[in-house]
Amino acid sequence: MNIAVCIKEVPDTETRPKIHENGKEIQKEGIKWIVSPYDEYAIELGLQLTEKQGGEVTIISLGPKEIEATIRSALAMGAHKAVRIDGPKVINDPLVVARGLAAVLKTRNFDLILFGKQAIDDDNAQIPQMVAEALELPCVSVVVKLDLQDKSAVAEREIEGGKEKLTFQLPAVISCQKGLNEPRYRSLKGIMAAKKIVIEEIPGALEPEKVAIEKLSYPPQKPPGRIVGKGAEAVPELFKLLREEAKVI
Amino acid sequence: MANILVIYEIRENKIKKISLEATNAAVQLSRNLGGTVSALLMGAQLDGLAAIAGEYGAQKVYLLQHQDLEKHSPDVYARLISEIAQEISATHILMGASAMGKDVLPRTAFRLNSPLAQDIVKFEMQNSKVLYTRPIIAGKLQAQLSLQGEYQLATLRPNVFPAVKNPVQPEIISLKKAVPFPKVQVQQITASEAGKLDVTEAEIIVSGGRGMQGPDNWNLIQNLAKALGAATGASRAAVDAGWREHGEQVGQTGKTVSPKLYIACGISGAIQHQAGMASSKYIVAINKDPEAPIFKLADYGIVGDVFEILPKLTEEIQKVKNQ
Repeated sequence: MNIAVCIKEVPDTETRPKIHENGKEIQKEGIKWIVSPYDEYAIELGLQLTEKQGGEVTIISLGPKEIEATIRSALAMGAHKAVRIDGPKVINDPLVVARGLAAVLKTRNFDLILFGKQAIDDDNAQIPQMVAEALELPCVSVVVKLDLQDKSAVAEREIEGGKEKLTFQLPAVISCQKGLNEPRYRSLKGIMAAKKIVIEEIPGALEPEKVAIEKLSYPPQKPPGRIVGKGAEAVPELFKLLREEAKVI
Repeated sequence: MANILVIYEIRENKIKKISLEATNAAVQLSRNLGGTVSALLMGAQLDGLAAIAGEYGAQKVYLLQHQDLEKHSPDVYARLISEIAQEISATHILMGASAMGKDVLPRTAFRLNSPLAQDIVKFEMQNSKVLYTRPIIAGKLQAQLSLQGEYQLATLRPNVFPAVKNPVQPEIISLKKAVPFPKVQVQQITASEAGKLDVTEAEIIVSGGRGMQGPDNWNLIQNLAKALGAATGASRAAVDAGWREHGEQVGQTGKTVSPKLYIACGISGAIQHQAGMASSKYIVAINKDPEAPIFKLADYGIVGDVFEILPKLTEEIQKVKNQ
């Protein structure tokens, strides 16, 4: 099986982002960069499938030279190859990223193109579906289970209050959700092997963006709350506040 | 003139509430932009639904009824929506930021070569330009976007825009279209538990964390949730420990929620959890550690043992319900 896993470098989940003085981007200083956590479910899925059926996992990411450390971190899980499509660190329009990825993906014969369900920085959840449209491939997003029988696939995806079961044929695009598998730890051997892999570099063919960030802001701050009391004795007071002050129950 | 097209989501012959919220948002937007609000309903059985769209302010209701639409297919939906948007000269396309909306509209945006703002919480006008506000980094920041394209697409976060009635007598237009063969098709939908509410749709959420000490104690969370008609949520710690399903997880690697009341039980309130629930209207925290960060965020806090406090709170609520 020939599998592509498209990943994005994002700030670590512990990050408390600060807005740059231009008001339109976050301050990059001091941020620890990681592989977006949902992408790790995609890498794990790719590795499990190739371990069972043979084949290769290629990590693909779009960005400047500086994302190579994060690409190597993805490789360290056990992936075989990597491609960096050269481009800017921040692209606000998912259409531009999707077209940039699709231009490279269509030149190679992948049986599966995997993504995380969304990057945890811009939370867009758009690119997998757009890449599928660009390549005219079947696509299932937010997948928590995947069964393959040769070229036939059955996937389960999360919906409100339940799950959908969908059927389709490979090649296909899948976006992965937590629950699909348990991403493996990077072994020392994997980290060493990743250092030796040559990351192929391809110039990005990127269009002008149709999305602009006008302003970033911090979410509205709530006034400080209050401690109603201690232990079960405080319950009647809490109940009264919820009913009469907040009027929510 | 704007022509704002709202894509309806219908499950088991019922219109989802988020579609009515989106209709109301479209009405507000049309007041600012001038123009028409249209609704598009697709499915195998649409009897009686057009009138509901009219009650919420859709001036034109397009119905595409076809037996091949009985099973949902995201690629078929995207194709039909983009064809219809072009045929009726839509300018803006709105849909709920539900599992379906967030899946279908990116495909539609690609087909229309137009930008999409996903999961928006606010519209603002700047001269004649619409600015779309959406939380990013799981709500740690908000981004205000402008979109440039022949069409502007947006999905709306559930529970943020009110579903207010704006009754009009809608013009109902039945569409005849060939339904293409699907690349992907939903074969089956399974509910996680009978009648269970999803955290993203619920108005009240009772959520448990590590302080619940194990899955066997979740009946305390469930009893309170039942008394309140609430959904049950969980922190990452509780999900990673295998106590609860990931579908319930609230936070940066789970769901982002905006209920009117969020009750955090035995949850310390790590930044990743806060990111998923800080936009709740009211937050109640119950935790035995008075230093827990969740208390900084909570409107009302009780310091103490969840195992004593939860049954008492459930009892108080049931007392009132029974009166």
